[in-house]
Amino acid sequence: MIPVCRLEDLPEGESVRIETTPPIAVFRTEDGELYAIDDTCTHQDASLSEGWLEGCLVECPLHAASFDLRTGLPTCLPARRAVRTHRVTVDDGTVHVHLAAEEGTAA
Amino acid sequence: MRTVTVVGASLSGLYAARELRAQGFDGRLVIVGDERHRPYDRPPLSKDFLTGRADEEQLALTDAEETAELDAEWLLGTRARGLDARGRTVLLDGGRTVSTDGVVIATGASARRLPGDGLAGVHTLRTLDDARALREELGRGPQRIVVIGGGFIGAETASSCAGLGHTVTVVEAAPLPLVPQLGAEMAAVCAALHRRGGVDLVTGIGVAGLRGTVTVTGVELADGRVLPADIVIVGIGALPNTAWLAGSALTLHDGVLCDDGCVTALPQVVAVGDVARVGGSRAEHWTSATEQPRVAVANLLAGRTTQTARPLPYFWSDQYGARIQFAGRRRDGDNVRIAEGELADGAPAEGGFLALYERDGRTTAVLSVNRPRPFMRVRRELAREESRVVPAAL
Ligand SMILES: Cc1cc2nc3c(=O)[nH]c(=O)nc-3n(C[C@H](O)[C@H](O)[C@H](O)COP(=O)(O)OP(=O)(O)OC[C@H]3O[C@@H](n4cnc5c(N)ncnc54)[C@H](O)[C@@H]3O)c2cc1C
Ligand code: FES
Repeated sequence: MIPVCRLEDLPEGESVRIETTPPIAVFRTEDGELYAIDDTCTHQDASLSEGWLEGCLVECPLHAASFDLRTGLPTCLPARRAVRTHRVTVDDGTVHVHLAAEEGTAA
Repeated sequence: MRTVTVVGASLSGLYAARELRAQGFDGRLVIVGDERHRPYDRPPLSKDFLTGRADEEQLALTDAEETAELDAEWLLGTRARGLDARGRTVLLDGGRTVSTDGVVIATGASARRLPGDGLAGVHTLRTLDDARALREELGRGPQRIVVIGGGFIGAETASSCAGLGHTVTVVEAAPLPLVPQLGAEMAAVCAALHRRGGVDLVTGIGVAGLRGTVTVTGVELADGRVLPADIVIVGIGALPNTAWLAGSALTLHDGVLCDDGCVTALPQVVAVGDVARVGGSRAEHWTSATEQPRVAVANLLAGRTTQTARPLPYFWSDQYGARIQFAGRRRDGDNVRIAEGELADGAPAEGGFLALYERDGRTTAVLSVNRPRPFMRVRRELAREESRVVPAAL
């Protein structure tokens, strides 16, 4: 379990990158939902935390592949592989990411 | 349409094949490509592939599963030699022909050559085979490299070579590289990246010729100076691959002339990517090669121009640790303003910057170095604005 930041420091529509290996991107959508995915686009090497967030989709800032934050699946080219998703919780006002690998899930 | 033939099996050709299937074409799909390789991505050739950070597998644009779904006849290692006047027969190397109802021209561009570039040690960088050959020579220990041409591919190649520990000089005939793309002010900022990367930039002087008998030994400049070199990389631009269309009914003028909808003089022949001059301009950018096929294929299947494609120009380049992104339509005389970040000593400072090109109080284009997030915001605004303006002008 990795602490990310205070919930109030991650406003709606914003994202933050955590420097794990590989790095993880945490998003808070306009609806207030929290999602975490691997930060590196599966197409090349752009950072998805710098992408364009719209609803539950994030568009890669380099070649505009789009990923569904709920599933990690790409919704359009040029990405063809999913990013891993990670569970997010808020405990006492602090956002935490639970690494997929530690929880033993593939996606 | 019963048969559609895509000529050129690379980025725009593959995207066209995908669009054909996605838009419901279930007839015979023939894809002709003169390279032996399955479609691969070119941008990494001067970047991560050259430095060894990416391998050939990562260049692949498609996989077995998708290939099976496309259900196409791939004629790889096969060059198209001609298109008959009616645009109904594609002539192939060796005298074979393909009878077809529709044609997508996606033959891209080739690296411009320099006279005398047959010497060993002289390279261009356009194809996977080019990149393999160069990468192998670069692996033989530190060498003296001269890159002729300071455009994006030249600059990226110089950056990759310097990163591998070679001694690199870039020679550019113009007073400053990249002025047509970025305008003088920002071109100067990007040129400063060479210096920061430890690469010599020699500008404002042409190349008189290459020195050497079997293997290249140097590059002779117009003023008589000779730059010693073990490897020379010629990066002086690309020419659209239209020679095979001589004698067809198509108009060829720095590319295949198309209307705004990628449709040529023949309604059942469309052109996409680097080879296509769409609505008066020809782009050599990855994004246009991936965006044009949707419209081109829609018009091909409709039999006339029902949609137009003038997406906002966008390209990126990676060099010396800087990710450069540019979008929009700048014109000479636009005012350039650094909106975020700053310059240090004429080069992008540590955190990069965002520059806006402005004319009459409106933003015309945006340039970013390592600032993808605000760049994307402005790029979207520009695209939105354009989509508002264009329909009104039609
Ligand atoms: C080294 C390098 C780096 C680049 N970096 C960037 C970048 O950072 N950003 C960016 O936006 N763009 C970049 N580009 C440009 C981008 O790769 C091109 O815009 C893109 O490849 C165009 O795709 P295309 O399919 O139209 O043409 P091409 O990729 O040129 O493909 C055309 C294909 O058609 C084949 N062909 C040609 N003639 C015939 C014939 N007669 N019969 C059969 N087949 C034929 C060719 O062999 C080739 O396989 C780069 C290009 C290169 C070479
Ligand atoms: S790196 Fe994300 S789409 Fe290319």
